[in-house]
Amino acid sequence: MTGPPILAVRELVKNYGQVRAVRGISFDVPRNCCFGLLGPNGAGKTTTVEIIEGVTPATSGEVLYEGEKAGAAFRQDSGVQFQTAALQDFITVRETLEMFHRLYRRRADIDQVIADCALEKLQKRDNRKLSGGQRQRLLLAIALVNDPKILFLDEPTTGMDPQARRNFWELVERIRARKKTIVLTTHYMEEAQALCDEIVIMNEGVIVTQGAPDTLLKAHYKEIILELPEADLEELPAEFPFHTYRRNGLVEIHTDDANEAITRLSRAGAPLGRLNIRPFRLEDLFLDLTGKELRS
Amino acid sequence: MIQRILAILHARNLEFLRDKATLGWNVAMPLLLVAGMAAIFSGGDRASYKVALVQAEQEINTAAHPYLETRYFDFIAMDQEEAIERVANHQLDLALDLNAGTYWINPESPGGYFAERLLEASSEEGAWRRQPASGDPITYVDWLIPGILGMNIMFSCLFGVGYVVVRYRKNGFLKRLKATPLRPVEFMSAQILSRLLLAIFVTLLLYGATRLLLDIRMEGSGLALFLVAVLASISLVAIGLAMAARVTSEELAGGLLNLVTWPMMLLSGVWFSLAGAPQWVQQLSNIFPLTHALTAARDIMLYGAGFADVLPQLLILAGITAAFLTVGAALFRWRGA
Repeated sequence: MTGPPILAVRELVKNYGQVRAVRGISFDVPRNCCFGLLGPNGAGKTTTVEIIEGVTPATSGEVLYEGEKAGAAFRQDSGVQFQTAALQDFITVRETLEMFHRLYRRRADIDQVIADCALEKLQKRDNRKLSGGQRQRLLLAIALVNDPKILFLDEPTTGMDPQARRNFWELVERIRARKKTIVLTTHYMEEAQALCDEIVIMNEGVIVTQGAPDTLLKAHYKEIILELPEADLEELPAEFPFHTYRRNGLVEIHTDDANEAITRLSRAGAPLGRLNIRPFRLEDLFLDLTGKELRS
Repeated sequence: MIQRILAILHARNLEFLRDKATLGWNVAMPLLLVAGMAAIFSGGDRASYKVALVQAEQEINTAAHPYLETRYFDFIAMDQEEAIERVANHQLDLALDLNAGTYWINPESPGGYFAERLLEASSEEGAWRRQPASGDPITYVDWLIPGILGMNIMFSCLFGVGYVVVRYRKNGFLKRLKATPLRPVEFMSAQILSRLLLAIFVTLLLYGATRLLLDIRMEGSGLALFLVAVLASISLVAIGLAMAARVTSEELAGGLLNLVTWPMMLLSGVWFSLAGAPQWVQQLSNIFPLTHALTAARDIMLYGAGFADVLPQLLILAGITAAFLTVGAALFRWRGA
């Protein structure tokens, strides 16, 4: 992640009638990293990504690719996997890939793309007969046919079962290992934490924070979280100088002195058999910054 | 650019050819229509009467002669040369010049015989000078086949392209293509070529079938006829693309396409000649590409016209193509609003 950014977004604004979906945001996407764009529904992240991809016009602002206004060169060098995209009926996986392959001057080895996306056994299958996970792998393969320098993944694992999602993450890791830049839009904080080197969190059309996930967590939180089921801690001990929250059937205790908190709970007679101690995660940061639950 | 057009063209052709239901319908329906016509028309000719009045004015003054008041006769004003040619080809039963006291008749025409007997019955003896006009008969089916071929091209090109583009836009396939280096003009060119190949293939098939089953007339240049079919197809595809340039609803697209196809089917001379229609209807029909395509096709097939004779129609079709392609490219959107 050295050198000038591969992509720069400057003062981007998008209005839909009277509604301002994106409110003058600016950020850089570093080279050769996985860059996450996170936000609750309606935050403006999909609009932002689609403007960058060139499929939605901006009201104002600009997108720079390799220092130049994103145009023909960007289209040759970029790969896009939309969350949902229809493909032509009655043609096979391989024929679909060959069609997209021929649209680019810059081309990957199509057999390698098929192998990377584990589509070898599906090459002759009609697009209509693919399962959800197979279809997502095909959409990723389409995004890779031009050996892109920058790859956009829009909610790529939505609707996948946990095993398929893990497999997909491994695939993205392999792509990233080839010095590609990946821009990932996701609702899954676990996914962002597992894959992203840097993230932007958007809310109501503006950026609320940007940075490496670990750096952001360290900057925002000096504490850890003790979690107990609400049934095990109906009333807090009398002397308990820690911030506590009740969420999703759990009592969260935020503390920088876990020993002291556990001692006080034990003295008060709280059962600790189901106590869980964990660090702050991106999900907590997201919730604190946007005040909104994630779709997941 | 060519590579990208061919990529989209190839994929679209595969999609179409493997969709057995759509393919079957596109090929079988016109063939069934021809077979039906063969069954209906192979036994005889029409039984109505048409008489040309040789005069400059379009208005027919029925008070000028008792014959002009004969019921169930169509009297059509036209110039002498055209009237005689049509009588010779059995397209008209009789041609009459009231001022010169002359009529022309094909002695081999059954309709001409009855038209002549009625003319004699409504006139004083020796009032007319009889002139023979001989030639092979042009039957109604000869006249109708170019209309059927043109109608098939019209439906295939307008709906086949319009609906597909709207479906691609609605389901997001166009949005996916927009994220590639493909340009609108390349996408549109691929759609035109794909539909052109299909339309010409089916038209050749139909033409062959009608020649075989109905022994239809073909007097002129086959190459000129082929060119008419190609330009008619491209102009109609261009109209289909322009109409579907922004639409995202199949229902709206269907309405818009019907708005064009029905007037064309009624006013372009598919089923019947507009020769006897009011002048404004004839002028209105000239805005439709199908009118020019059918005029050219009939001139070639029925009257032996060559390339130079149908050049005006070819130029009009080319102009319509250019205009609608320009409009379509300007209006085209990969995504809906």
